[in-house]
Amino acid sequence: MTDPILKISNLTKRFGGNTAVSGINLEVQPRETIAIIGPNGAGKTTFYNMVSGRMNPTEGKIELEGQDITGLPPHKISRMGVSRSFQINNIFPEMTVQENVEVAVTAFHGHSRKLFNFASRNRAVQDEARELLGKLQILELADRRAEVISYGDKRLLEIAVVLATRPHLVLLDEPTAGMTPDETKRTTSLIRQLADTGDYTFLITEHDMDVVFGLADRILVMHRGENLFVGTPDEVKAHPEVRRAYLGEEEEEEASA
Amino acid sequence: MKQNILIGVMLVAIALLIALPWYAPFFYIFIFTEILILGLFAVSFNLIFGYTGMLSFGHAAYFGMGAYTTAMLLLHQDWPFVYTLFAAMALSGLLALVIGFLCVRLSEVYFAMLTLAFGMMVFTIAHSWRDVTNGSDGIAGFRIKEFGLGLDLTIGNPTVYYHVTLVVVGIAAVILYIISRSSFGMILKAIRQNPERVSFCGLNIRTYRLASFTIGGIFAGLAGALIAPFLRVASPELMHWSMSAEPVLMSILGGTGYFLGPFVGAAMFVLLETWITSFTESWMLFLGIVLALMVMFFRKGVLGTFLDWWMNKND
Amino acid sequence: MSGLGPALLNSLEMGLLLFVIAVGLNIVFGVLNIINFAHGALYMLGAYLAYTLMSLAGLSFWVALIIAPLGVAAIAVVIDRLMLRFIYHRDVADSLLLTFAILLIIAESIRSIFGSNIQAVYPPDALQGTVRLLGGSYPVYSLFVIFSGLVILAGLWYLFNRTRVGKIMRAAALDRDMAEALCINTRMVVTGVFAFGAWLAGVGGVIAAPMRTIDPGMGDKIIIESFIVVVIGGLGSFPGALLGALILGAIYGFGGRYFPEFNLLLPFLGMALVLLFKPTGLMGKGANA
Repeated sequence: MTDPILKISNLTKRFGGNTAVSGINLEVQPRETIAIIGPNGAGKTTFYNMVSGRMNPTEGKIELEGQDITGLPPHKISRMGVSRSFQINNIFPEMTVQENVEVAVTAFHGHSRKLFNFASRNRAVQDEARELLGKLQILELADRRAEVISYGDKRLLEIAVVLATRPHLVLLDEPTAGMTPDETKRTTSLIRQLADTGDYTFLITEHDMDVVFGLADRILVMHRGENLFVGTPDEVKAHPEVRRAYLGEEEEEEASA
Repeated sequence: MKQNILIGVMLVAIALLIALPWYAPFFYIFIFTEILILGLFAVSFNLIFGYTGMLSFGHAAYFGMGAYTTAMLLLHQDWPFVYTLFAAMALSGLLALVIGFLCVRLSEVYFAMLTLAFGMMVFTIAHSWRDVTNGSDGIAGFRIKEFGLGLDLTIGNPTVYYHVTLVVVGIAAVILYIISRSSFGMILKAIRQNPERVSFCGLNIRTYRLASFTIGGIFAGLAGALIAPFLRVASPELMHWSMSAEPVLMSILGGTGYFLGPFVGAAMFVLLETWITSFTESWMLFLGIVLALMVMFFRKGVLGTFLDWWMNKND
Repeated sequence: MSGLGPALLNSLEMGLLLFVIAVGLNIVFGVLNIINFAHGALYMLGAYLAYTLMSLAGLSFWVALIIAPLGVAAIAVVIDRLMLRFIYHRDVADSLLLTFAILLIIAESIRSIFGSNIQAVYPPDALQGTVRLLGGSYPVYSLFVIFSGLVILAGLWYLFNRTRVGKIMRAAALDRDMAEALCINTRMVVTGVFAFGAWLAGVGGVIAAPMRTIDPGMGDKIIIESFIVVVIGGLGSFPGALLGALILGAIYGFGGRYFPEFNLLLPFLGMALVLLFKPTGLMGKGANA
């Protein structure tokens, strides 16, 4: 076993009297894809918010490549190589698709401190942005305004923005939520391809079990803020408590829907 | 094609501005000097508001700071005019840096409130610190003895002062335009649209907000430095909140989404003011009503609405 | 040390008057997420309405104290229905711009109707004269201001702690998600809250009228003071508004006595200090960008 890229110990978040996340421990190996599943309110997004610096944990420690990042602000954590997407689309609506990615590329390379260049003539940044759009198969949308493209394409655009800061650790928050079955399939295979390049380590929260089982090397099952189980997809499928706590509930939801 | 038409219109407008003294009545030289100065003031405000998304209601503080700096250096030190412009920019920028440091750390609502409060603090100081600022009378009686840069210009002549203003404002506008189109400017626009995403791209948005606020303050100071010799006085009214309302209104009037919007707004503002004050004293009341209507129904402004319509036509 | 008593009473008088006005600003912000830049103008409107009723219509102070604030609230209802309803669902900047425009409209209407001159109204006979108190002579009217402030404080305390509407308002002010969950943003509630805030400003204006000069600049001063109060106390926090108002009152009451040359600057310095060390105010939370 190599050194973990992310080591989380006893991570806990309380809001007033409510415990949203309670004593989570997790070690993530480089180039691994880990899915985090659990019903709504299980604490997945709160967990992300703490790892990405959007919230301070009440207790516990987060280490990235051996360095303590607990409680650092988002921009510092991003600089250290963690990038995330959000459950609700989080892009720059009035810019073009390509400009959206250019912002992140510009930020990554430190061009953002240049006051006297013409951004529209910065070929290196533009090429890098277009390459990423190509990877996400939305290059043909490059010149459209981001707010007018389809919902599924916006989710892909956000992933392109997330990858533009060349993260080592990528946190995706329900990347296929709200997508059509076709879009979900396409997105899943895109993430699969990205994971197979070996450039990234992924953490993915997801409700769609096909997506989870199709992508994850390991799965963290959360329930009411607690770590219920960590294991391979096959172990998770076989685990009785997990079936009862999560997969069972999922079936009930589908049956009632 | 449309780009070329726009560039053509711009070139004609610039030529008309340069040649103004040779075809327009004398009175309009004053009107257009004022339009240019207030236009620069409004553009410097819009870098903060239209580009970075921070609504400053205290922008007159930096405008007034520039005016006082130039007036006092001319009165007490006999500095060449051009040097006082740089001094005005430096001191206004410093003031914006200090006040901005306290204001950019908080949310938009706080920001608007704090800029107004600190703006009024600066006004209060100018109004009460009689020994230095001469109280409500302000600094008057200064004269430009020397232009600087080895140029021998009779600044007292309104036509000469108009051309000096045109050149200075032109240079400042080009610098601000380049900043707005730079990588830095792109980040400012991104911050306006989605600050959270920018910080998750690894940038400390406070730093960028403060930089934008300071640059806005520097150029407001330059505009203020130009207005002092024009009005022949630097008085506390230049720092009052109603003066801060002017760039807000000009930007909304012209349109916050285009670089030249505030200039167009300034032209409309000054021409309307001249026209309306000729038959009523309630100019500011009219201003309030126009601002309210623009915000409610016409948020993109005159230039913004026109250009959006025209650019999308036949597409 | 003989100056201490009057300084204390002065501070209390200023502080409670500021509280009445600033808490209205804070309620509107808390529930509607709008900083009402016209709040000071509404206060001024209260004072001018009182002046109109008393000096021009010959009514008594007590009648003006009832009618003028209601008049201000009625105007607030019109403002809300005619203007604010267009921008409630837009960006925050638009509400700031619009209330700023309303500030211009009210302030300049008053200037064009009443002119820029200073007007004055006098306290009712029962409240004229001075009493000896705490080692100094003290205007009876100032005691009335303190008394009125305490009555409104008690009334607000009752409203926020003992009534359902008040509890919802207080909770909504601290937690925006909850405000939405409770469907608090229905038209009636929005208009009601805005009018209530304006009513408080109007009350402040009438009470201030006999002790301060009435002129078109009076709204500027009070809105800045209210901002300082809520920044010191914490935006959206009602106990914070009281604390902030009492602190600012003390700065005026004692600062004016011991550092008269810095009297105008001290409130701003206080605000800057709070911003440096506790940016969300002494009793506020979660306003960071």
